[in-house]
Amino acid sequence: MSIAILPDDPQLRERFSELKPPLAPQAAVIEADRCLNCFDAPCTAACPTHIDVPGFIKRIASGNLRGSALRILEANILGSSCARVCPVDVLCEGACVLHRQNRKPIQIALLQRHAMDAFHASGEALSASLPGTRNLRVACIGGGPASLACAAELCRQGAQATVIERRPLPGGLNTYGVAEYKLRATDSLREVEMIRRLGVDFRFGVTINSAAALDALESEFDYIFLGLGLGAMQRLGVPGEDSDGVMNALELIAAYKIGHIREMHGTVVVVGAGNTAIDAANAARRLGAETVYLLYRRGENDMSAFDFEYEHAKQEGVQFLWRRQPLAIRSGEHGRLLLDTVQVQQVDKSLLPIPDSQFTIDCDLVVPAIGQSPLAQLIQELRGVNVRDGRIVADLATGQTGNPRYFAAGDCVNGGREVVDAVAGGKRAAIAMLKNAEVAYA
Amino acid sequence: MPDIRATDIRVRGFAGSINSPNPFWLASAPPTNTGEMIMRAFDAGWGGAVWKTIGEPITNVSSRYSATDWNGQRIMGFNNIELISDRTVEDNLREMAEVKKRYPHHAVIASLMVASNRETWHEIVVRAEEAGADGLELNFGCPHGMSERGMGSAVGQVPEYAQMITEWVKEKARTPVLVKLTPNISDIRTVARAAKRGGADGLSAINTINSITGIDLDTLVPRPNVDGKSSHGGYCGPAVKPIALNMVQQIMSDPEAALPLSGIGGIGNWRDAAEFILLGCGTVQVCTAVMHYGYRIVEDMAEGLENWMRSKGFATIEDFRGLSLNRVTEWKHLNLNYKIVARIDEQKCIGCDLCHIACWDGAHQCIHLDRVSGPVDGHVELHPIPAVRKAESRASIAETPVSRKEREAVAQGPYPTPLERIPRVDETECVGCNLCSLVCPVDQCITMVHVDTGLPPETWDERMRSTACAPQPQSS
Repeated sequence: MSIAILPDDPQLRERFSELKPPLAPQAAVIEADRCLNCFDAPCTAACPTHIDVPGFIKRIASGNLRGSALRILEANILGSSCARVCPVDVLCEGACVLHRQNRKPIQIALLQRHAMDAFHASGEALSASLPGTRNLRVACIGGGPASLACAAELCRQGAQATVIERRPLPGGLNTYGVAEYKLRATDSLREVEMIRRLGVDFRFGVTINSAAALDALESEFDYIFLGLGLGAMQRLGVPGEDSDGVMNALELIAAYKIGHIREMHGTVVVVGAGNTAIDAANAARRLGAETVYLLYRRGENDMSAFDFEYEHAKQEGVQFLWRRQPLAIRSGEHGRLLLDTVQVQQVDKSLLPIPDSQFTIDCDLVVPAIGQSPLAQLIQELRGVNVRDGRIVADLATGQTGNPRYFAAGDCVNGGREVVDAVAGGKRAAIAMLKNAEVAYA
Repeated sequence: MPDIRATDIRVRGFAGSINSPNPFWLASAPPTNTGEMIMRAFDAGWGGAVWKTIGEPITNVSSRYSATDWNGQRIMGFNNIELISDRTVEDNLREMAEVKKRYPHHAVIASLMVASNRETWHEIVVRAEEAGADGLELNFGCPHGMSERGMGSAVGQVPEYAQMITEWVKEKARTPVLVKLTPNISDIRTVARAAKRGGADGLSAINTINSITGIDLDTLVPRPNVDGKSSHGGYCGPAVKPIALNMVQQIMSDPEAALPLSGIGGIGNWRDAAEFILLGCGTVQVCTAVMHYGYRIVEDMAEGLENWMRSKGFATIEDFRGLSLNRVTEWKHLNLNYKIVARIDEQKCIGCDLCHIACWDGAHQCIHLDRVSGPVDGHVELHPIPAVRKAESRASIAETPVSRKEREAVAQGPYPTPLERIPRVDETECVGCNLCSLVCPVDQCITMVHVDTGLPPETWDERMRSTACAPQPQSS
């Protein structure tokens, strides 16, 4: 059984054409030649998965593309999606020593993509070096980057791993949550298919939501890895937010990526100013919404979105309403919505409404995107696994939780970082489980 | 103090009587194939041209050229299997007469190659001079094709043949005779001396070097590919300049070989030209750079040379010709007590640490990453090896700075190099080899500075002689 593939949608491809087109082969070699090949390179150190960046780049320069891709995959099984979604300005490319010579950093992400695209185009399967040589079975709950990286590492080292995902498709946010112009759902699924061919088992549509389900898992598997990601979006906490026409940012992104929403019209208001809010606002523009507002209760300098994401949203035509906060959502005429807002100002640490600054926006869709609240329900049922501030408490280096049979990594532990952090955490947990198992059976 | 006199880069009386408005000549090669090309080259600013070798017309193959690229740069080295002119002697000489008529002050040199008999050489010499050639260049260097027919380097590799043919030519020639030398010989001076004995008025060096530039890894056929086969060719371009400079120095430092010399080999800009002249060349010849970029490159060659001469206070070519010759000596005459060490400018260092790994793996293990942990001077055993350092950083945990606060903690203004990445030179162990300063990508970041050893200058030669003169210990 292969991983399901989504039908090609030319309209989606056109509307969400890639932000950064791939490098042409000769351009890749020229760029690869620019790399100084630093010793103990800062780009490698900055990468949470410590990809041997000069190593894979010099393989591109020499024409050893297969070796380049394998070098990347050795460190980061999701090298293909990371090449597309990593905020490289604050990671590898930000660490490039060329900055200090007032030169442009090496375009590491595009080079990584070049090598990975060539590998995927070749159709070569990645093979585990010692398939099934270890008597270790691990269940990875959640089908996102942390679980995928954990399961892949386990399989590569001869253990058995099963990914359990409640949704019909694997990949987590890579498939359902990343803006299509950065990472296509089809590319995410292609990457997961590579991991399946490595020997990872998948169970789809399975929700673990009871003590009984956990008991069953515990009897079937030696260890359980929690790659749960984050839970539902936080609610706005204003009257009317359950009206038709209110849809949170992650729902919106997932819906257009898998083809459930193909067009939008009128006015859309996104509430929040993180990277996900920006993805949702840009998506609304590209799907056809004439006016898209991004409403944020604080100012430009307080937004948590990366600077390049903010710049991008401005170019997409998103309009920003600073220091404004929703008060209520009411039904308007012809199925439209009326969003009551008020201007606020910061007094000491609290935001206070400014009198007579109320303003109602006549709109078609309200998209709350004000951070994701960690899923805690399931965790409550796990004995010995601590949860603090909605995050699972696990050792950073090993992913070990308070319960020796449970490991965890990714957003459910770090509260929401990047794909590459989830991959690094999942892999570290896999290595720790392998080591623990070795000690146990020794 | 820059000299304010006007610089004059004219060449006067080279090899006796050859004049040209500047020392930049086109070498005998495709850029000098026809009169039309040479006239365009003179219009572009070239001072002289050595005509594509004239002789019995040949048939060429296709393809003819191949190149070595390096690190994204095209044509670091260039290779050809083209033969001499494929045009008739009559066509070439008729055009030569036309060029001389229109450009009387430029140097036009006839490169000649004919079968090795006296009458044939006499005939071509007379015809070339009648066409108006300012000088003759005997092509004893072509390493491919012609050599299989007893010409080119087949002559240039045998001093007796080179001398004999030079003598034949000199019997008829009224213009200066230059002998073009092949580098494909164990000591280029042997043929240079033979040419001088034969009466040559000057020399041209070097011709191309036997080469196979590479092999196509798909077809397994070496380049250039002629219907599935290849043949060794002649290598030239920037890659050969160091070899040419050495041979030029060898010739010009040998009293039995030294003659007015036209330098050839990888010259592409005024800096290269100045180096050849500093080793004694009176003119220089260029081919590959023109084949790559066109005649226009001569503009900067002339301007650049003039500007450099002005800055150094040289008014004419003769003012600096050969000035570096006495700076080359045999190894045994170098001062063994002279010591330099590497210094790293912390302000300029970008933290690539290429000097560290180069010193550890390619030199003397004396560049360390110990500025934070504290400097340790001494031999290799006292230091962690590079692999340890690398393993430590691979084992570290890095996270993406996501919040604004985390990002601000990472960005530290204009990217200062962290102290732990700035290497330190252990001067007690540094042997002054230069390697680190050569690999450093930043200008003037690593400099080699003189340190006083407190010892008087002493060469190996002197040391051996003083040891030999010293009283020998008596064995009991």
